[in-house]
Amino acid sequence: MLNYALRRLMMLPIVLFALSLMIFALQMSLSPTQRLAAYAPSPDFLKGGQESIRRMIEQYGLNDPFYIQYGRWIGGVLSGNLGWSETARQPVSTALMSLFPATLELVVLAFIPCLLLAVFLGSRAGIYLNRWPDHVIRIFTILGWSFPVYVFGLLMLLIFYSALDWFPPGRLSQWAQTIVTSGDFVRYTGANTIDAILNGNWAVFIDSLRHLAAPVITLTYVNVASMTRVMRTSMLETLRQDYVRTARAKGLPRRVVELKHARRNALLPVATIAGMELAVMMGGVVITETIFDYAGLGQFAAKTAANLDFPAVLGFGLYFAVVLVVMNLIVDLIYPLLDPRVKTQ
Amino acid sequence: MKVLRYLARNPVSLVGVLILLAFVLIAIFAPLLAPPQSFQLSPYDTPRAGFLATPMPPSSDAIFGTTQGQYDIFYGVVWGTRTAFKIGLGVVAISVLVGTAIGAVAAYYGGLVEDVLMRIVDVFMAVPFLIAAMVLTALLGKGIWPITIALTTFGWMSYARIVRSEILRIREMDYIHAARAYGASDLRLIVLHILPNAMFPVLVLATMATGSMVLSASALSFLGVGTEEGYADWGQFIAYSRNWIVGQPGNPFQFWYTLAFPGAAVFLFVLSWNLVGDALRDMLDPRHSH
Repeated sequence: MLNYALRRLMMLPIVLFALSLMIFALQMSLSPTQRLAAYAPSPDFLKGGQESIRRMIEQYGLNDPFYIQYGRWIGGVLSGNLGWSETARQPVSTALMSLFPATLELVVLAFIPCLLLAVFLGSRAGIYLNRWPDHVIRIFTILGWSFPVYVFGLLMLLIFYSALDWFPPGRLSQWAQTIVTSGDFVRYTGANTIDAILNGNWAVFIDSLRHLAAPVITLTYVNVASMTRVMRTSMLETLRQDYVRTARAKGLPRRVVELKHARRNALLPVATIAGMELAVMMGGVVITETIFDYAGLGQFAAKTAANLDFPAVLGFGLYFAVVLVVMNLIVDLIYPLLDPRVKTQ
Repeated sequence: MKVLRYLARNPVSLVGVLILLAFVLIAIFAPLLAPPQSFQLSPYDTPRAGFLATPMPPSSDAIFGTTQGQYDIFYGVVWGTRTAFKIGLGVVAISVLVGTAIGAVAAYYGGLVEDVLMRIVDVFMAVPFLIAAMVLTALLGKGIWPITIALTTFGWMSYARIVRSEILRIREMDYIHAARAYGASDLRLIVLHILPNAMFPVLVLATMATGSMVLSASALSFLGVGTEEGYADWGQFIAYSRNWIVGQPGNPFQFWYTLAFPGAAVFLFVLSWNLVGDALRDMLDPRHSH
């Protein structure tokens, strides 16, 4: 077991190395002058004319061969320096760390209802196969699955912000932002809801919930579809197993057979899908955060990608890969606990 | 015949096929539905009725209204159908070719070749898809081709995985052993006996992916790195509507048409591909038919 985990973790550096090579190669397709912009503290800096630009390219070694420049960058990364993000006007690591709690808060709040709803709907659809609950749930999921996140998000804004003014975009209202950034408010975790509770400030708590509601509903709806489908298929498979027939033949009540015997085993494939989906969501919910102007990792990544802010893109890419590999490993390690038939070799 | 009987029994799938058919017709007859004007350089440049920023509601001149910058929404939705087909089918076709080739080579040669190829697949799988596609599109410039290249570069992996595992599964089946005993060559085995049977799951995946690739392409436009200003592209039009979500006080739904028409187009397009993909899977995979 431990052996297996170690072997999987050994893969991580290889994946990270290859990934960083790939993104770095993309960066190197820009001319040295374009890449110089990342080092310029202000636009005036580049107005010194051709001569000073040439001198600065020399100074930062932007004309050096690929492997030397890559070596310099990876050396920095290994000593904990991911570089400077022009978009955030901050070091990349500082930016990523300050945005991580915001994304985590959003993702966790969306993931829990998503999982519960998927298990409930999927098992119901499986039990009532080809009867009306199944049809309704199938249509609900296929609609959700086809709904573009940005269209759904904009509809949410149209109804709950423009028309009703319940759920405004952003992370906090102006007045709450002033409280949070003031010295009296202690930032324990960086997640607004938790910090507000810890500080005992209920007004800020309510305000942050109001800002979270729309993105949480959006994320839940678009993500619940795929998990529900897996749950339904898996429920159908399980209900056909011999042990379920045995339980029925013993004369156990239908509910007990369906919920105790069948649903527990049907949960297994859902655990895998849920783990993968959680990993992808923690890697930044790009479109949702952008629509609701929710300052998290996804919105940051989108901005840096559009600006070709490569130090930040590289940093984000490394973070994403680590989250993905570690989350998949956790799912793999939990799996044998859920299902004793599976032995990790 | 089998297809027709299936559709008769599954009205939801039938709806999917009909919507898709409607989109095909819209794409084919786009020049008749929304004739380009003589001064347009390309039919994909949406005509605009002036340069005023504020959208105009549906009228006899523009039956879906005009969006930000007075671009005609009806024209954009009609010609955007062609854009959607081009990107969706283009990305999926190239991805299937690349993925199938890599998966087949990996399964056929095995050993070190397989290890290296599948590790490359792993690395690409660990890439944040949308962000990587944004970066590549931003590097290549705006337009259909950069989008297609970017989405293909980061979207071929699942085909390679499926083709490889299908080939490994089928290779051990009795009819393959029989064909080998008859003296069929390796190439003949792969191309004539193994690949055709391995293609069914690929077909299902490709059908579903066509819709989601159009979603991703629109998302790129929405995030600001997709097509040029005014290009007939649903994502671009949805991006315009983002600035007009809030109407004037007392009239919250004032600019509903800027979102409703392009939004409905993307939604129905993706929905139809998903329904067709679902139906294909039911028909091709006996485990799913009940």
